[in-house]
Amino acid sequence: MGVGITADGLVMAYDDVRAVDGVSFTVAPGEFFGLLGPNGAGKTTTLEMIEGLRKPQSGSVRIDGHEPWRREPELQRRMGVQLQSSSFFDRLTAREQLDTFGALYRVAAGRTDEMLEQFGLVDKADLRTEDLSGGQKQRLSIACALIHDPDVVFLDEPTAALDPQARRNLWDVLRTINDSGRTVVLTTHYMDEAEALCDRVAIMDAGRILELDTPAALVRGLDAPVRISLAPGTLSLEDARAVAGADEVAAGESALTITTRDPSRVLTELASRDALDGLSVKGASLEDVFLELTGREYRA
Amino acid sequence: MTPFGSLARAMLKGFFRDRMALFFSILFPLMFLVLFGGIFTDQGASKAEIIQVGPVAVLDDVPKDARAYVDESLDITRSSDLAAAVVKVRKGDADAVISQDGDTLSVRFSQADQVKAGQVQGTFAAIVQSANLAVTGQAPKFSLTTARVEDKSLSTIQFFTPGLLGWAIASGATFGAAANLVVWRRNGLLRRLRLAPIPTSAVVLARVAVSIAIALVQAVIFLAVGMVLFGLKLTGSWPMIVPLLVAGTLAFMSIGLLAGSIAKTEEAAIGMANFVVLPMAFLSGSFFPLDGAPRWISAVGTVLPLKHLNDGMLDTMVRGEGPAAALLPVAFLLVFAVVVSAIASRVFRWDD
Repeated sequence: MGVGITADGLVMAYDDVRAVDGVSFTVAPGEFFGLLGPNGAGKTTTLEMIEGLRKPQSGSVRIDGHEPWRREPELQRRMGVQLQSSSFFDRLTAREQLDTFGALYRVAAGRTDEMLEQFGLVDKADLRTEDLSGGQKQRLSIACALIHDPDVVFLDEPTAALDPQARRNLWDVLRTINDSGRTVVLTTHYMDEAEALCDRVAIMDAGRILELDTPAALVRGLDAPVRISLAPGTLSLEDARAVAGADEVAAGESALTITTRDPSRVLTELASRDALDGLSVKGASLEDVFLELTGREYRA
Repeated sequence: MTPFGSLARAMLKGFFRDRMALFFSILFPLMFLVLFGGIFTDQGASKAEIIQVGPVAVLDDVPKDARAYVDESLDITRSSDLAAAVVKVRKGDADAVISQDGDTLSVRFSQADQVKAGQVQGTFAAIVQSANLAVTGQAPKFSLTTARVEDKSLSTIQFFTPGLLGWAIASGATFGAAANLVVWRRNGLLRRLRLAPIPTSAVVLARVAVSIAIALVQAVIFLAVGMVLFGLKLTGSWPMIVPLLVAGTLAFMSIGLLAGSIAKTEEAAIGMANFVVLPMAFLSGSFFPLDGAPRWISAVGTVLPLKHLNDGMLDTMVRGEGPAAALLPVAFLLVFAVVVSAIASRVFRWDD
């Protein structure tokens, strides 16, 4: 179970735009790997080269030693693919979609019921896909990708256009995919998603990988200060300034905020002054790393 | 179930659950069959309506044995107002006014209905000839017998069933292939299938099998309605329509694949298919015979697959010709399918 992936110097250019410009990384067997980046960063094109939909113009991809663009059936049987759009057969029910995809991989008929059960679609089994909600469609789409129990799964923006509840629900599903030891490669432009799911994240922009590490290491590397907020009136402004380790103190209407690069020292100090009322601590997130790396200007 | 079988089943279910596709490929052509069947069924038997003004000796004194012939082709009413009768003919309420002035028989007809005009003139010319002959008192030297060359069972339904069926097959196969290709490319299913461990040929063959199955369903329904409602009779080597339909479906599918490869949206693909299929149906004589059409129209027809399908079906289904009559049309349709598919494969894209 679980296969390793090596991408080495991938390049794909359309006209004179280099959509992917020298991307290299490896994914360990059983790893949950994320490609994070804004729209147009080259995530999907990179994923398509890894899946074998496109042959890289230069560079190479190996999945367990195979070159995916050769479309060898032995490799394809071990790959599960979920594409950006909901790629379903027209006017078939959820059950029929699973049956049809299952037959393409020659799996036993009983698999459909297992998948419906696992993805919470039992009572939607006889609805046509056109009548499913966005979240149900995505769950079905992932179920179709997993019908043949693949060793490696590719997911292209699986939670795009879902409401927050459906997203959280899908995250739970995605975690279980990886629990069984599969390798998972996911693209997303949601920072919280990459942080919540991925073992390692490659941050992409303009066809290149800017950073590649675990979400925690990326955040740590940012060396961003931590903001500690207290309920107003817990501590006076002067007292707060006197707290050892506080870099900056600001009093607002709803909270008093202490900015620090040494949160443990500040928290110890606050505890000793018995000033922990309404305390909240906000560290840097992958979002801060992302914005730091890709810039804040709005991109259409 | 094999990948081929499951794909074919998925496509068939998709088709039979698509009410619009069902309507346009089966019900809509069938409406034309019923319409044409109703309009043309008794065309040959219709009588000319004649208004007789004043006494007309040749009609009034017609001998007993000729009476039957006159009653069969003419429906005579009497009037005393010549001017009013002529107005009726001009308006189309009657086909001709007949009156006699001395020894001259006068027929006033309208050229608006050319068939009736010819019928009226011919009938009265014959009546006057035989009256003249009778006056001479001589026995007729020559006699006339008539027989038509087609099977005795032939009625007009025989002529337009093959043409309308051909049109239905052309629509079904062209639209089916074009829409299928565009929809699957746009929703990513083509790419998804490309990553499944199945050969591309399995996908193509499944679509071919489904289109042929749909064509055969169309044919069965058409022939059944023609036979039960309108007395259609199949003659000679009618089972040859099966290879004709298979080859025709391949030819029309290739047109659909070309349209689906070029078009970016489903609407564009349908528009393109319409642009090809409807003029082709007219130029191939699906709706009316092209015997009187200018030569360039028949010249265009010879390169159209539907023209060959229609000719082949006419020959084997109703003209009573042998199975060999289907060979040339089948060969043309297959060559057409190969050439157009080759062009389509050059412009084919897996994704947008």
